[in-house]
Amino acid sequence: MNKDAIRDKVAVVGMGCCKFGENWDKDPQDMIVEAAYEAYADAGLEDPHRQIEAVFCGAQYPSKGTAEVADALKMYDRPVSMVVNYCATGTDAFRYGVFAVASGMYDTVLVVGFDKPKDRGVSGPSVAVTGVRGLPATPAGWFSHCAARYFDTYGAGREDLARIAVKNHHNGTLAPKSMLKREITVEDALKARLISWPFGLYDCAAQSDGAAAAILTRRDLAKGFRDDFVLVRAIGIALAPDPKEDPDFDFLRWKPTEMAARQVYEQAGITNPRKEIHVAQVHDCFTLTELLAYEDLGFCEKGSAKEHIASGTFELGGELPVNTDGGLKTFGHPTGATGVRMIYENYKQLQGKAEKRQVKGPTVALSHNIGGAPQACGVCIVALP
Amino acid sequence: MAGIISYGAYVPYLRLPLAAIAGGKRTEGGPEKSVANYDEDALTMAVAAAVDCLRGHDRSSVDGVIFASTSFAFKEKQGATIVAKALDLRRDVLTSDVGDSLRAGTGALRAALDAVRAGSARRVLVVVGDVRMASPRSGLEANLGDAAAAFLVGAEDAAATVEAFHGVSDEMIDVWRTEGDPFVHAWEDRFVVDHGYRTNVREAVRGLLAKLDRKPADFTRLVLYGPDARSHAALAKELGFDAAKQLQDALFGRVGNAGAASVPLQLAAALEMAKAGDTILVAAYGDGADALALRVEAPISGLGDRRGVRWHLERRGEMPNYDMFIRFRQLLSTENDRRAGAGISATKHFRDRDYEISLHAQKCRKCGQVQYPHQRVCFKCFARDEFDHVRLSDRVGTLKSFTFDNFAGSPNPPLVATVTDVDGARLYLQMTDANPKEVRLDLPVELVFRKIHDAGGTPNYFWKCTPVRDAQGERTR
Repeated sequence: MNKDAIRDKVAVVGMGCCKFGENWDKDPQDMIVEAAYEAYADAGLEDPHRQIEAVFCGAQYPSKGTAEVADALKMYDRPVSMVVNYCATGTDAFRYGVFAVASGMYDTVLVVGFDKPKDRGVSGPSVAVTGVRGLPATPAGWFSHCAARYFDTYGAGREDLARIAVKNHHNGTLAPKSMLKREITVEDALKARLISWPFGLYDCAAQSDGAAAAILTRRDLAKGFRDDFVLVRAIGIALAPDPKEDPDFDFLRWKPTEMAARQVYEQAGITNPRKEIHVAQVHDCFTLTELLAYEDLGFCEKGSAKEHIASGTFELGGELPVNTDGGLKTFGHPTGATGVRMIYENYKQLQGKAEKRQVKGPTVALSHNIGGAPQACGVCIVALP
Repeated sequence: MAGIISYGAYVPYLRLPLAAIAGGKRTEGGPEKSVANYDEDALTMAVAAAVDCLRGHDRSSVDGVIFASTSFAFKEKQGATIVAKALDLRRDVLTSDVGDSLRAGTGALRAALDAVRAGSARRVLVVVGDVRMASPRSGLEANLGDAAAAFLVGAEDAAATVEAFHGVSDEMIDVWRTEGDPFVHAWEDRFVVDHGYRTNVREAVRGLLAKLDRKPADFTRLVLYGPDARSHAALAKELGFDAAKQLQDALFGRVGNAGAASVPLQLAAALEMAKAGDTILVAAYGDGADALALRVEAPISGLGDRRGVRWHLERRGEMPNYDMFIRFRQLLSTENDRRAGAGISATKHFRDRDYEISLHAQKCRKCGQVQYPHQRVCFKCFARDEFDHVRLSDRVGTLKSFTFDNFAGSPNPPLVATVTDVDGARLYLQMTDANPKEVRLDLPVELVFRKIHDAGGTPNYFWKCTPVRDAQGERTR
């Protein structure tokens, strides 16, 4: 890997995000148009159909594939491609956009992440199975597999997870486009019905519909769009074995996060993540996923998340605020959109436009997705020039 | 002389108190019946009994499998081949299903004996399992229980030799079940007992005694089919046996009438208590009757550890109510219907048979890592296609992780999903026959063949894990 290949060469000059939620009255088209046109306006694109030279899409459950985006935006006569990479789908679509610009092939590209899971008639992902080995267990069932061993080894428990849910519920109340806007207490979280031990209802992200978009251009062209552009410093994707089949797995971490973090920290030259990163959006499909991410991303030592949760390190006013917009927990989780939504939040934070949830003076921001069994992780670092 | 080399038994973990059928509670020591869990059927129970029977025996020495039942899940497609594959037997094994009669178990035993005597096979495994259903809340339903037994039959080294056999065939409509009907029906019981059961068993037993020139007192034990406790004891007496001393417990009120498996289960229990020199008369009923005489031989004392009937009777978990029974038998529609869905891909099943039915893992020849499921490239050293197959189904594993999933559509939530380490391989397995309270990290578990779902309308089998227990239900080993 050439660690300097893309560093600070690509600028984000416009971003958009539709309101996430159970958007019963909206088609994917509606959400894609809302997100993309907000991004066009944000970037000051006068003629997007002329200026955008390629489109990179990410969706986990698209009904029409690339045409879903091309038709919605009438983006024809240019490349439109789509990636699928579990919950890292949005981050991966963004990554291809970055490469397309960094290579010099295109000046300006559009990235669109979206998903419409709420048209499937189930609360949460479908549990239908056709094999005998792939248990009819659910994502909550998969992501909870680190709980017993982690709790046993480091003495953490459901209360620590509950505090993460309380934090993200609070942050979500401050984000206009979030799905849920309701404060909860630790007791609420502990008393909620169990989904898959140790996860109660409030330990689980709100699955939702949504779309988010970004306009990327070369750094030298960025000034032509806006002064407060944001640079892509590092981006990485890593795959690890299914933790339920991996003979080496210790159930104290999620390996793909550690792997992807190593890639981006090498690219960005980061050695002390807690000091050098000022705000982070991490994948909190379940509260334990966020807890493990603190450690796997090197924000704190393995086993110490509990203390940092207690001391407020990752709260809005803490040393390294995490999930400032409420995270997947309350902002919502339309799989393909989530990675792009996180970059949207980091972009707003770096520009100082995050309103009531604004973190003080951040210049470097990280976003993180992990998905599948989980096997796939994407991490992206954006920064002010 | 040909006979039974080894035996095994299986009684499911769950018991339904008969009082619960009428909505009442179980009284301590009150009558109950054994009931298959929602993931069990005649075939999975037969496999469990066969595993018990084959403990300490080289599975590659088995030349044939005869599977007897009146409750085959498939109407067309052999059960014995699935049993043979689950047991990881040789490919050139003889397989056959014997069904449709309460006498199927003794019929299979006779066929196996004939095969080894004729020399067409050296060792034949006879497995008998039954999960019969009668109309909900009928008297017959309370009478039925679920169980299985297995016998390894061979020409040499028999722990019990078969001295003689006598059978009669008789045509009457006494107990029956027709295509498409899930429930067994019976004609009025006095007619069935007098003109079916008593008449036929008497004829078979007297015929056998005449062949051998023996009288009832010459036998140590009588293993006798019984439609109910009263008729059972009455017929033993009528035949000239001492019910108190000679009659084998037919397990009414504990297991119930286990159909084709009833006599085989009692025979396994009789062998469990037998010593060399004992003689056992076995009499089964159904569309006529079978009688056979066994002599217990010296190898009986050399048979290794097995669970047999006693262990399974002591290991029990109580079903809390009748609703659960009805739900488990799919007599009540639920939101998560386990029959729903497209079903498994037959081609995928075909490719995965060794891994999913025989539960083979692969061991890397280069680095020794055992891995599951099937890989082309080693997880650890990346060697390509350098694997040997290893059987995991008879190994003890340990829980690396677990969760209790309330959303997985289990008929008995929460579904206990585990990652289990078996000889270094990681298996994603459901846990069954367990109380969530006993689940903990590093818990030793054994592997059991179960029905995962009925998607597509077929029973779809795979392995699950269950806590290793001793007879008292304690976790050991």
